Amino acid sequence: MAGEMPFETPLVEMRKKIDELKQFGDEKGIDFSDEITRLEERYRELEEGIYSAISPSQKMHLARNHQRPTSLDFIQLIFTDFIELHGDRLFGDDLAIVGGIAKLNDTPVTVLGQQRGKDTKDNIARFFGSPHPEGFRKALRLMQQAEKFGRPIITFIDTKGAYPGITAEERGQSEAIARNLRDMASLRVPVICVVIGEGGSGGALALGVGNRVLMLENAIYSAISPNGAASILWKDASKADQAAEAMKITAQDLLEMEVIEEIVPEPKGGAHKDYEAAAESIKSSVVRHLNELSSKTADELREERYQKFRKIGKFGVAKK
Amino acid sequence: MQDTAEQINGWRGVVVFKDLFQKKRKYATLPSERHGRDMTADQADRPRREIPEGLMNKCGSCGAIQYSKELDKNLKVCPNCGYHMRLNAMERIRYLLDEDSFVEYDEDLVSEDPLGFPGYATKLEQQTLKSGLREAVVTGQGTISELPVIVAVMSFDFFTGSMGSVVGEKITRAIEAATESRLPLIIFSTSGGARMQESILSLMQMAKTSAALARFNEQGGLYISVITDPTTGGVSASFAMLGDIIIAEPGAVFGFAGRIVIEQTIRQKLPDDFQTAEFNLQHGQLDLVVHRKEMKSVLAKLLELHTVKGGD
Repeated sequence: MAGEMPFETPLVEMRKKIDELKQFGDEKGIDFSDEITRLEERYRELEEGIYSAISPSQKMHLARNHQRPTSLDFIQLIFTDFIELHGDRLFGDDLAIVGGIAKLNDTPVTVLGQQRGKDTKDNIARFFGSPHPEGFRKALRLMQQAEKFGRPIITFIDTKGAYPGITAEERGQSEAIARNLRDMASLRVPVICVVIGEGGSGGALALGVGNRVLMLENAIYSAISPNGAASILWKDASKADQAAEAMKITAQDLLEMEVIEEIVPEPKGGAHKDYEAAAESIKSSVVRHLNELSSKTADELREERYQKFRKIGKFGVAKK
Repeated sequence: MQDTAEQINGWRGVVVFKDLFQKKRKYATLPSERHGRDMTADQADRPRREIPEGLMNKCGSCGAIQYSKELDKNLKVCPNCGYHMRLNAMERIRYLLDEDSFVEYDEDLVSEDPLGFPGYATKLEQQTLKSGLREAVVTGQGTISELPVIVAVMSFDFFTGSMGSVVGEKITRAIEAATESRLPLIIFSTSGGARMQESILSLMQMAKTSAALARFNEQGGLYISVITDPTTGGVSASFAMLGDIIIAEPGAVFGFAGRIVIEQTIRQKLPDDFQTAEFNLQHGQLDLVVHRKEMKSVLAKLLELHTVKGGD
């Protein structure tokens, strides 16, 4: 198995013990099958217990797992005929966001996502999945292209946040994000967003103004990374786990707060354990939502999207 | 602009020189007259605590000390160095709108603690005591040189102007009011960003306010965004940068990622003027940098230019 998390250690150890016992039995010609059956039973119970009680901070680590599938992995597995399109026509091509045209079953769609690197070299080229303004502008260009040709839009959200750097600021990071938020709200085609890993701050939301926002079971989504919150609140970024528990960042929390529409189940132990199963799970959700949206007119889609975000927020009225 | 700066600098040079000269004379003569020969120079130099609280004000930039009343007349711009001090929302409304023209909207909306975040409830109470406000934005309608407008004015002294559910809701309602009444909209921004105590709900206020602006924009409404010191994070990356016309006060710092975050990420010292209004003007992110004393007349002129429509 690859990409084990610390909370899986008891499972890993037990699996090792069972395997050792099997091997020992085979070598010595002793029949341990009763013991092994009992141990397998015990293993399944343990597994059930551990995977049904993954804490918010454990989810944060799962969402950031290097083995976790990225946008391009899901694009390859869910769609066919993907053609990647590049550039914002203004400055450059930001590899921290990928996008293009593809087919979902038989329907042409525009697909976009923030893209983390697969290794150090790839990560450097892709700024660890943290977009510059040109990335957001490329995304908006492709979304408006989709609108022109009546293609639905599917976005994958997976970023720690927009890139914090001098050149990003000089070229208008704020403006690029703000414009995406405003113009995504006006799109006349269905927009479905799926948070697949870490949804960090404005850089995530810049691809997130959809009719439906779905989240993978172990994905997280927040206004500031738990590390950032910890360094502001307690002047200690290493208290990220503590912040993750307080910030309500999980898919389950967001469903309860009506920020997202649906939790997309992951294979046992996380999406990295079985890319195909995770992709299939996303695909069936996206197809179902797209079918629901396809009967709506452009005005209905815009109105529905407006109302979805309009109602988010909790506040009170002061007594005089 | 540059001429003025040079004039001020030159004038300052003279004052400093004169001060030095006078100080020298005082040093030699005054202590003995006031306190007798046994006083040390150190004790004599120490200011006596007879200035009532709030009478004087020290400039946060150059350290010059002024009478608060004089400073208020100067719209809290330091007469010595031109530094634009941060304003409370009510002060800005008083400086900007025609007298008695302001009618406040949604004054009774208050934050709750939707996530049960440690320490949030207590901190909210402290912010009200500190700023005299219920939340980090005041919205309403009024007139500027008799031209009606809808305004939203943020206040940095309430929770560093951070945007939570209430700020997002009040701004959205103000935008919707402008859409319904077909009045121009002016938002004065100042904010440290999203309010992390409301995490995802805060983040979504960026989408909510921007979506409301999309409708206002499509209807042809005029939105002037005025950026004041400092404006960063979620507010900078939503309504603050969506104005038809974007103005900033001189020296106002604005940008998405704060200086400290960038310095920690790239491990490089940033230029002193990084993310100032002037820096952003140079990089094409702003239409205008307007001195606080000129703000009302510039806004009035812009409003007036949009009252007569060509074509219809």
